Amino acid sequence: MLNLPYFCSSKFYLLATLFSKEIYLYWYELMKLIRQFELISEEKYKMEGKIRGFYHAYVGQEAIAAGCISATKAEDLFITSYRDHGLAIAKGMSINSCMAELYGKATGCAKGKGGSMHFFGKDVNFYGGHGIVGAQIGTGAGLAFAEQYRGTDNVVLCFFGDGAARQGILHETFNLAMLWKLPVIFICENNNYAMGTSVKRTSNVIDIYKLADAYEMPADTIDGMSAEAVHEGVERAVKRAREQGGPTLLEIKTYRYKGHSISDPQKYRTKDEVEEYKDQDPIQKIKQTIIENGFANEEELNSINARVDEKVAESVKFAEESPWPDDSEVLKDVYADENYPFIID
Amino acid sequence: MARLIAYREALREAMSEEMRRDERVFLMGEEVAEYNGAYKVSQGMLAEFGQKRVIDTPISELGFTAVAVGAAQNGLRPIVEFMTWNFAVLAMDQILNTASKMLAMSGGQINCPIVLRGPNGSAGQLGAQHSTAFESYYANIPGIKVVSTSNGYDAKGLLKQAIRYENDPIIFMESEVSYGDKMEIPDEEYYIPIGKADIKKVGRDVTIVSWNKMMKVALDAAAELEKENISAEVIDLRTIRPLDWMTILESVKKTNRLVIIEEQWPFASISSEISYRIQKEGFDYLDAPIRRLTAADAPLHYAPNLISLALPDVARTVKLVKEVMYQNK
Repeated sequence: MLNLPYFCSSKFYLLATLFSKEIYLYWYELMKLIRQFELISEEKYKMEGKIRGFYHAYVGQEAIAAGCISATKAEDLFITSYRDHGLAIAKGMSINSCMAELYGKATGCAKGKGGSMHFFGKDVNFYGGHGIVGAQIGTGAGLAFAEQYRGTDNVVLCFFGDGAARQGILHETFNLAMLWKLPVIFICENNNYAMGTSVKRTSNVIDIYKLADAYEMPADTIDGMSAEAVHEGVERAVKRAREQGGPTLLEIKTYRYKGHSISDPQKYRTKDEVEEYKDQDPIQKIKQTIIENGFANEEELNSINARVDEKVAESVKFAEESPWPDDSEVLKDVYADENYPFIID
Repeated sequence: MARLIAYREALREAMSEEMRRDERVFLMGEEVAEYNGAYKVSQGMLAEFGQKRVIDTPISELGFTAVAVGAAQNGLRPIVEFMTWNFAVLAMDQILNTASKMLAMSGGQINCPIVLRGPNGSAGQLGAQHSTAFESYYANIPGIKVVSTSNGYDAKGLLKQAIRYENDPIIFMESEVSYGDKMEIPDEEYYIPIGKADIKKVGRDVTIVSWNKMMKVALDAAAELEKENISAEVIDLRTIRPLDWMTILESVKKTNRLVIIEEQWPFASISSEISYRIQKEGFDYLDAPIRRLTAADAPLHYAPNLISLALPDVARTVKLVKEVMYQNK
């Protein structure tokens, strides 16, 4: 059985559309882990008040993290918006450090300085967790610029939501990325709602992938409820970027089961709509494929579930037992210059 | 040995020397390459370094600043030229929300060694939108350092320091109207540490603090005052953030009087911060209220007489100094 965090190696890359038992089980475990992490965190937020701040859950969108991670290599960089837990976990950040960050503890992945919206894991090439809608589209292209400048074949997966697609920086960045053929994949996780505003209420152009046309950028639309489809679409785009073919825009259609943030009363959509999407739950679909192909039986999957539950429970214990950041941290990590003379009064 | 070269050439030498030393350094901005720089600061650099490292951008300040910030976070050391700091306002989100905050938000994992440079403030009859001095905007932001230079010698040493040794975002401000000013620059390589003010003229009766092109007003006023037997000490801040208030305080201990000349608008300006610091640390040394001359509290108009009225000048500086000396009626 595979252990998480686990990175897909190039052997998957060569498999094209044929996915092995190992990949299915890997996807299943990763998606279960992300979901369980979100469900338990939400409980700690709502029931116990141990997590605070703006909290944006990834529940329903797990297949994107799964397909993206299996279609890339460890050296590839990920950067995303504030809905960042799922991708951070997929990239291999430890569950303990992620949970501790939600708790604001010193052992968190950003030493308790970032919170839910600002997970960072430079050692696993996860470049955050960005809070200004759309800003990371440009910064992500910059990460890709550096890879191209150094002549590596690494690519950047730059994630943003459908709301960010209406920001000006998207257009400036698309233009620059095509002009310089940067190795970046722009991934719009279209969950149909920019907070409470549906896509069709934000633009005359509701097919976001078409925004690439103005810059002659290759684009594709992908079913985000299917890990297989995500993997295939991302793999094509990654191949193009690695071979100096430049950027791609992928519009991945997905759905978040939870509100925009934890405090969202969700008056803008019906319960029926949410239930409809839950019927095509990405984890259930993967489970079905695993059972039908005999990759594992219910009992084996239950043991994966148990392991995932245990991991998340452990992370809660770790976070609760961890110390708060030391008082001296207030003026640390502000400047790389350790002798910076701060104004005290 | 030394050579007489223009301010713009000193800036160019700083960038070129550091680019020769370090492959990770590159220059990006509007018209920096094929046009040889809107103000010819980067003249000849495309020919020497090629298009990989001297990069023309479209007019997309937010977009290319974002790319440079991302590149800095991923191991490169970009220099971004803004045609003027007035245009950099479009990139403010990347500077404030990404470049300055990422080290803190990531718990110390991701820093941003970038130099953002260009001319600042007014430069003739350019109208309100091309004439703002921005030091106070950027100096308000923790996580970045702000340098604003008055001459080629300082600019070269400080820019080389910023590119080579600083690992934080540096806001580097110049002036269009000073680019042609010639000055003796040593042949030998030199660096000037960020965060150190420079006493440009020693004096005993009053301290005048200024920076960037207002230094010309401060020094000319000091020369006028000298004729009337008033000895002014003139301090060029050079770095705005961190503020070298110790140098100002030491001077005030001697002169007991402080006048600040700046091109900022008055509300929450650099002089506001200096005045707070010196009244707190040097209360017992002051023989008169700290006074200042700022830009008028209004957008800069086009007509030349209105510009003269709006910006600090020698006559009003002399008058202000006499007021703190209690020599005016």
